[in-house]
Amino acid sequence: MTDQATTNAPSEPSTSGLAKAALAVSRIPLSALVGLFITTTYFLAALFAGVIAPYGMAETVGQVWEPSRLGWLLGLAPEGTPEPQYWLGTDQIGRDLLTRLIYGGQTTIFIATMATILSFTTGSVLGFLAAVLGGWIDQALSRFVDLMMAIPSLILALVILSSIEATVVTLIVLMGLLDSTRVYRLARAVAVDISVMDYVEAARLRGEKLGWIIFREILPNALSPLVAEMGLRFIFMVLFISTLSFLGIGVQPPLADWGGIVKENKEGINFGIGAALYPAIAIATLAISVNLVADWILNRTTSLKGGRG
Amino acid sequence: MHPILKLVAQRLALGILLLLAASALIFGLTEILPGDAAQAVLGQSATPESLANLREEMGLNRPALTRYFEWLGGFVTFDLGNALTNRLPIADQISARMSNTLFLAFWAAIISVPLAITLGLIAVRYQNRWPDKLISGVTLASISLPEFMISYILIFFFAVQSLTWGIWGWFGMSPVAFPSFASISQTMTLGEKLWAISLPVAVLTLVVLAHMMRMTRAAILNVMQSAYIETAELKGLSTFAVIYRHAFPNAIAPIVNVVMINLAYLVVGVVVVEVVFAYPGMGQYLVDAVVKRDVPVVLACGVIFAAVYIILNMTADVVSILANPRLRHPK
Repeated sequence: MTDQATTNAPSEPSTSGLAKAALAVSRIPLSALVGLFITTTYFLAALFAGVIAPYGMAETVGQVWEPSRLGWLLGLAPEGTPEPQYWLGTDQIGRDLLTRLIYGGQTTIFIATMATILSFTTGSVLGFLAAVLGGWIDQALSRFVDLMMAIPSLILALVILSSIEATVVTLIVLMGLLDSTRVYRLARAVAVDISVMDYVEAARLRGEKLGWIIFREILPNALSPLVAEMGLRFIFMVLFISTLSFLGIGVQPPLADWGGIVKENKEGINFGIGAALYPAIAIATLAISVNLVADWILNRTTSLKGGRG
Repeated sequence: MHPILKLVAQRLALGILLLLAASALIFGLTEILPGDAAQAVLGQSATPESLANLREEMGLNRPALTRYFEWLGGFVTFDLGNALTNRLPIADQISARMSNTLFLAFWAAIISVPLAITLGLIAVRYQNRWPDKLISGVTLASISLPEFMISYILIFFFAVQSLTWGIWGWFGMSPVAFPSFASISQTMTLGEKLWAISLPVAVLTLVVLAHMMRMTRAAILNVMQSAYIETAELKGLSTFAVIYRHAFPNAIAPIVNVVMINLAYLVVGVVVVEVVFAYPGMGQYLVDAVVKRDVPVVLACGVIFAAVYIILNMTADVVSILANPRLRHPK
């Protein structure tokens, strides 16, 4: 880290902050910029759902499965039908679908974000500890993680959810802890490499405590692969919570979430009503854009290390 | 003893240990978490006395370790007890549903494995050109969607909208709609069964294909960077000959590994797809039991799914040991 800072510092032109920011943005590849833009939009929409949603989350505003205005504007509706009132139409009990999608995004993104944070804190702290301490602690943690990863997470989640009540909190804890095994493996692998470096050795010799070694020596150098992985784990969480809700054991009604919206509107598919497909578009665009950003971060960090993966 | 036998034996022993540990973990999880079978039968409003009586009756008062070994023994004697909700023997249900699930997974595997390997080879042959980019793009899209979403997209277009397409007329056919519910029974012929499961098989194929193709592509590309490939290229062989004669035999071990890992993945994908298509298999049974909090059924199904997953992963390891010539002919 310090090495880079000293080599980069003289080449930095002394321009204003705005110009620097513009320069930094222009270096980002287009795909990553698009990904960044869409991801930010989704997070802002989730944050301000209450402000931008046209109606209340559980408010019945019209008839069952009214057609969408967007489809009408695109010319997908049959000839001569009047312009529908709601942008995406209404759902199976006449709630505005756009509103449901916005609030659904809020729930899905909130749960996925919190679970990712939990998974990263638990996984990386334990992974660093195992790498630094070694010995039986490392063995015990690693073998336990091997065992957890030998069983598919969906199956483990189903077994656990058959015993406990699914609330937002239990879902976050469940998904976060199940997924922390993957983060643990990555964090441990990265930290084992770092912990044999000379500067970590030096820190140990000058008598730094465990906390210092983990948070001041290892963490800053392990951050970039972990951040890139974070994007992928976040997407996995979005898919995971959607699947659980679709199966009826995730987020419970009246709370909306993307998997739940599919479950509620799936009967419509057989009548040619596409209400259940909108969350698919939302999930796919979010997943692809987060992937694009993660790819960019990963490429950037690998090229800094001279192409080493 | 031949060193390769020793390695395989070690791997098998480890696998059996893992199976035992996994069953203990799954059993232990339902023990630690609040609520038990008696609570599930009587509901939240049960009095402490009636709960205690039922626990006594169901044998839940005995130590957890005893019950664990009894339960484990049940798998050997094929007696898994009765479901809490309908009092039917779990083993009977599972044996009927297991064959349905295997039928679905088998056809998905038969279609997706050769397709994935072929597409992987094409992607390597036209690396960084449009066929590679197209394949990568499609796989990225299908990885970004959960299985149930792909299912409904296929249902929407191929079971509902397809009736309105003009395409059928071009071939002189009346419009065809694929079945959106995969109900199968013993009396159906193979053709009828295959028609019934056409869409679920398509979904599973799409889901595994993406993973398998990406991993095959990576495995072959890895081999393609070796020195002997460069030699083969320099002596003037065509690209396909290089891939087919020199890269592919050396990539077999990683590819078999990829296939096994994805078959294991298929086992889990089946759970969700069965629910969407109301297919009478193990996955639907498991999810139903979770919704009804039928813990004995969840335990039995969960352990079976975990066991299949572990066994397939173990097979992948054993195959890659066997496929390695350096281990087969030690110096």
